[in-house]
Amino acid sequence: MNPIIQINNLNKSFGQVHALKSISLEVNESELFGIIGPDGAGKTTLFRTLATLYTPDSGNVSVLGYDVVRDYKKIRPLLGYMPGRFSLYQDLTVEENIRFFASVFGTTLEENYKLVEPVYRQIEPFKNRLAGDLSGGMKQKLALSCALIHKPRLLILDEPTTGVDAVSRVEFWDMLAILVKDVTIIVATPYMDEARRCNRVAFIQEGEILQVDTPEAIVKSFKKPLFGVSHKNRFKLIRALKNYPYSESVHTFGDSIHYTDQRDLPDLDGLKTYLHDMGLENVEIGTLIPGIEDSFMALVLKEANHA
Amino acid sequence: MNTFKGFVVKEFRQIYRDKRTLTVLFGMPVIMMILFGFAIRNEITNATIAVLDFSKDEITRAITHQLAMSNSFTLVASLENYHEVEQLFRAGKVREVVVFEHDFAGKIMRNGIADIQVITDATDPNLAGLMQHYTSRIIEDYIISVNKHQQIPVTGVIPEIRMMYNPELRSVNLFVPGLIAVILMLVSAMMTSISITREKELGNMEILLVSPLKPHHIIIGKVLPFLALSIVNVITILVLAKFVFNVPFKGSYLLFFAEASLFILTALALGVFISSAANNQQTAMMISLAGLLLPTVLLSGFIFPIASMPEILQWLSHIIPAKWFLIIVRSIMLKGGDVFMLWKETLILLAFTVGFIGLSMKKFNVRMG
Amino acid sequence: MPDKAIIAENLTRKFGDFTAVDQVSFDVEKGEIFGFLGANGAGKTTAIRILTGLLAPTSGKAFVAGLNVYTEMEKIKKSIGYMSQKFSLYDDLTVRENIRFYGGIYGLPRSILKQKTDEIIEIVGLGDAVNKRVASLPLGWKQKLAFSVSILHNPDIVFLDEPTSGVDPITRRQFWEMIYEASENGITIFVTTHYLDEAEYCDRVSIMVDGRIDALDTPAGLKKTFNADSIEEVFIRLARKEVWDERYQS
Repeated sequence: MNPIIQINNLNKSFGQVHALKSISLEVNESELFGIIGPDGAGKTTLFRTLATLYTPDSGNVSVLGYDVVRDYKKIRPLLGYMPGRFSLYQDLTVEENIRFFASVFGTTLEENYKLVEPVYRQIEPFKNRLAGDLSGGMKQKLALSCALIHKPRLLILDEPTTGVDAVSRVEFWDMLAILVKDVTIIVATPYMDEARRCNRVAFIQEGEILQVDTPEAIVKSFKKPLFGVSHKNRFKLIRALKNYPYSESVHTFGDSIHYTDQRDLPDLDGLKTYLHDMGLENVEIGTLIPGIEDSFMALVLKEANHA
Repeated sequence: MNTFKGFVVKEFRQIYRDKRTLTVLFGMPVIMMILFGFAIRNEITNATIAVLDFSKDEITRAITHQLAMSNSFTLVASLENYHEVEQLFRAGKVREVVVFEHDFAGKIMRNGIADIQVITDATDPNLAGLMQHYTSRIIEDYIISVNKHQQIPVTGVIPEIRMMYNPELRSVNLFVPGLIAVILMLVSAMMTSISITREKELGNMEILLVSPLKPHHIIIGKVLPFLALSIVNVITILVLAKFVFNVPFKGSYLLFFAEASLFILTALALGVFISSAANNQQTAMMISLAGLLLPTVLLSGFIFPIASMPEILQWLSHIIPAKWFLIIVRSIMLKGGDVFMLWKETLILLAFTVGFIGLSMKKFNVRMG
Repeated sequence: MPDKAIIAENLTRKFGDFTAVDQVSFDVEKGEIFGFLGANGAGKTTAIRILTGLLAPTSGKAFVAGLNVYTEMEKIKKSIGYMSQKFSLYDDLTVRENIRFYGGIYGLPRSILKQKTDEIIEIVGLGDAVNKRVASLPLGWKQKLAFSVSILHNPDIVFLDEPTSGVDPITRRQFWEMIYEASENGITIFVTTHYLDEAEYCDRVSIMVDGRIDALDTPAGLKKTFNADSIEEVFIRLARKEVWDERYQS
């Protein structure tokens, strides 16, 4: 089966800024594919290229079997695209917005109601409210309904959950999990924890793809033993750990500090003694299972050390 | 086609829903007409004058009476000597003093000629010039009528001045065509450019570009509501001009609306063109104001006559579409101009329209950046 | 009263019929890192506006740095710092110009300003970038710089509204280390975030739901009370019950 998205050596620059550096990527049919990386990593540039709004400087990009430069007219009707900071028409109601996008794509709300139902049902009670008066989470649901209304074959969602609260984010991903049965989805997000909701993810940082894999495999690729160190004076603890001669990485994480050691067999008693000498008593140290974010940070630091 | 219809419906709905902008758009022509029609006019009403009459005879009294009766002047004082003239001017009490020389009637009877001195406060030179002009008109009129009835031989040649087409020199008649041009520029060009850049700002343009809407659908959809609004505005101005300000309309309405539509198209195309260069509403507005509205007001002959501009500005005025529109509309309204008189200007305007539409279609990007 | 940074008692703000903040009461200790969580539209922004002296409450009492929010707004503004994700620095000014501008607003003397500028450049690691326009900096640097600028005048309390949104994970942690340091120096931190693991970095966390504060405790205390593994779980349970039921019960 041909991949839905195929990117080969894609480069794109804006003046001095090399926004995408030799990116290669494949997304398969019915995948929920995540592009994960911070602001400024190149996610939006990549997505606009996929949506045929930017042309690559070099490299080949095909979407649904068509070339994004040559065949953009064939690609566009097959896409459901939700740009970042997309804000709909604030002065139109929920229903007017969705009916507008339906008509623009030559369809009607009734015709494709089944398709958007899992999303639209949740905002339908507010269908006469102006889009400008919706909360962040509801706006995202409406935007998603609008992107879905013409039964696209590929959904391109650029940071749909940015600035949205944790509950709405969970709901949003729940909906994507339902939708992916009918449509391939590629979604960008700066939230690392959302990676586990994807079939596969690509980490992107400063225009480069660091790793592409399933969330499980990415976590497994974190080979070093990871320790959680905690003490009530977190600031002092971070300082002390960073100054420890054998420390490799020190990151605040939830209720503890995630720590890796340069040595293959870390000497935990030695570490405890060191911390005690630094005036930190009753430090707790435990072994941890690494998460997605640990892996991402390890990759970024490895990359930085190479450079 | 349904795709396009949906887009147009949405455009009308958005404009209709933005009540504040709508009020401004409909109110603007009315307010501008009232401003230009009543406040900023070139004719004089009730300017204060005084008379210094050394002769105090039948004729000087009659002339004084004529001046005082005129709508243009209000007689506030009769003076005895030159001292008082300066005092009154200094105090700002009068704007003009008319001085009759000694033995005025006698000299007229004997020589057919006598001196009148008209002294004006030239701190406002335009006003001073106009007042002198009005004063001499009133005096001449009187002398002529005296001549007719009493058969007094007047040998001094009195120049006959006749103003064609706008005999009362009413500035309203001249402002109306200019106002139409300005308002069409504002509504058509500026509002179109703002409306398109707003889509960009909200991020919606990305979706519209990706949708099956063709670029010309987006452009026409954006432009249609403002075309309608502009035509309503033109009608508003015409109705006000005719019924409130009694501005004559001598030519054909059909021709007028055809020419106005042509000019609206030019303005709309300019608006689309601006929106392709501007990325946000603020920039679009600034470009529209500086690049379109100012030249329309200053270089079209609306306020300042083109003939009295430096040569380089006269050349520049040729590329201002409003200049040609103004010539056309003034001719239709005041002279009853027809196609045979105006084909040249119409062709120039048509060339502008076609050029700008082509340019804006070409500049309208199917992609971003 | 003097040892509390913020006191709110039955604080209420209505907009017409809508009650954005509904009888909210809480205290923030001096030097504390206080996490202020809530769903979109729960009333966080309104509460912050009241506490920063931008909006008058409808009823209830509130003291910020010992100052009354009804009568001493101008004094409050001098004793707090504020930074938000959306606006903090001028993109079209250079780093140095931004620092000078904010120093000027708070009336810092020239000599101190120069010293502070050097400090900030050192802490944020800006180096040569000091004469570059802010627009050209990566987001993470911008946010670290914005935070440094917001505590330039050594305020009693600094309000941070989603300071780390979109920032990469490593810079996000560097940002929090700056927060810890400010807290060590006695500055009270009042912070909102959508990253719920960041909630665990706070000394205490409040969760706002529909205009009320439904929970307020240390992160460990909250997890214990709600028998949850993470603050995220606590948050979802409180902020939208039906979602939680769907996900964790069925």
